[in-house]
Amino acid sequence: MSHDPWIWVAAFLTLCIFSFLYKDNPFYRFAEHLLIGATLGYALPLIWKNVVTPKIIVPLQHHEYWLLIPLCLGFLYIARLIPKYAWLSRWPMAFALGTGSGIAIPLSLQAGIFKQIQGTMLTKAMLSPSVTPTAHIIGNIVMFVGVITTLIYFYFSIKHVGTVGKVARVGVWYIMLAFGATFGYTVMARVSLLIGRFQFILHDWLGVIK
Amino acid sequence: MNLLNKFMNMDRRWIYLITAICVIIPFLIPIGLPTYTTPPVKNLYDKIDSTPEGQIVLLSLDFDAATLPELYPMAVTILNHCFVKDIKVILMSLYMQGIGIAQVCLEDVKREFPDKKEGIDYTFLPFVPGASIVILGIGEDIHKTFPTDYYGTLIDSLPMMRDVRNFDQISVAISLSGSAISRTWITYANQRYGANVAAGVTAVMAAENYPYLQTKQLTGMLGGLKGAAEYENLVEKNLKLETRKAACIGMDAQSAVHIMMIVFIILANIAYFAGRRRKK
Repeated sequence: MSHDPWIWVAAFLTLCIFSFLYKDNPFYRFAEHLLIGATLGYALPLIWKNVVTPKIIVPLQHHEYWLLIPLCLGFLYIARLIPKYAWLSRWPMAFALGTGSGIAIPLSLQAGIFKQIQGTMLTKAMLSPSVTPTAHIIGNIVMFVGVITTLIYFYFSIKHVGTVGKVARVGVWYIMLAFGATFGYTVMARVSLLIGRFQFILHDWLGVIK
Repeated sequence: MNLLNKFMNMDRRWIYLITAICVIIPFLIPIGLPTYTTPPVKNLYDKIDSTPEGQIVLLSLDFDAATLPELYPMAVTILNHCFVKDIKVILMSLYMQGIGIAQVCLEDVKREFPDKKEGIDYTFLPFVPGASIVILGIGEDIHKTFPTDYYGTLIDSLPMMRDVRNFDQISVAISLSGSAISRTWITYANQRYGANVAAGVTAVMAAENYPYLQTKQLTGMLGGLKGAAEYENLVEKNLKLETRKAACIGMDAQSAVHIMMIVFIILANIAYFAGRRRKK
């Protein structure tokens, strides 16, 4: 069993959170509120030490007064708290959205759309048994059919009847398979979190497993 | 039929209890179920393994305590791998809470490698907010984005950082995350600067990241606890490094709960269809 008092604190808080599985209770609520408080308490000095001091205070001490412009712009966010001047908070938001979108949109389109379309395209080599293994050829065709049929399912300007309906139906099956895979992975993730906590209890706290 | 009714109306707390038993028993009586290596994990392993001695790998722990059980074993085993191969590591986090986790991880791994020195074998960078801007900053000049390391030492004065300016000097950038931040690395580091990017993600995020493997935007990927276990096995098998394999230890429990869930889903479906037939 651990002799570290912090391990005991962590174990107590873990059990407090687990107690919710039986029913809501004051121990669970205490641990929940403590987590939120600790997270905020951790964030504030970190931001002060890593952002405010090196990026604002120190440069201002070195007479870099141009920093007052973004600083004032940042302060305008607080105007939201005063209803009469709330409109001023739109300025920093507009700046953040404008620059953010300008940087993100072209790169996101390239990384998330164009590259993915390129990756879906079938080339002669991808279907040639002399170049590509048979299993990969089948995989490439399955993927191509999946993308096309799923996109047709999401094309709502044509009624999903007749041939289009049948193709869209295939798309639905692909979507269902994707949901199944996502559900399986989600189960795995949640179980992993439980395993992590039990490892902590049995290994770090109680010391009954290696 | 009464039994089926009872099953369908079972108190969910019984399921919690059975799940807990399924997790605890494999810990106490390990079965040692095998895990096979999948290509995305092997690709990342090979990428790091083929990085020449003295070259740089960037490891970003972009997660907080909520995803610790899945991602922490990945961080430990990747760091172990780099240190065994004498690859230099830039350790950082785009998450505020990740910095604390990175520090604990570094201390954990350094117990096995006490001769590894800050500034020579690894550099620990501080938290700087604005994920995408930070990645773009690394792509332009890492010295301007991080003037000092986590401990306040000037980056310019660290021997291993003298010749590192941007992604051109980094063999692979690995982001461990339980959010869409791995895609931020793909969008900015890979797309904008052509950097090799790999990801370690929670199982929830794994399915979403597979398309990026197919297009080679991701060099490799570890998905959830299983991905971490696969990597731990590769490190142990190939590098003969014997450390505590946290992910592998958890895999028996993982399999036990999966079997339990399959059994419950089948039983629930039988009970549902039997109940429906009875109503007709």
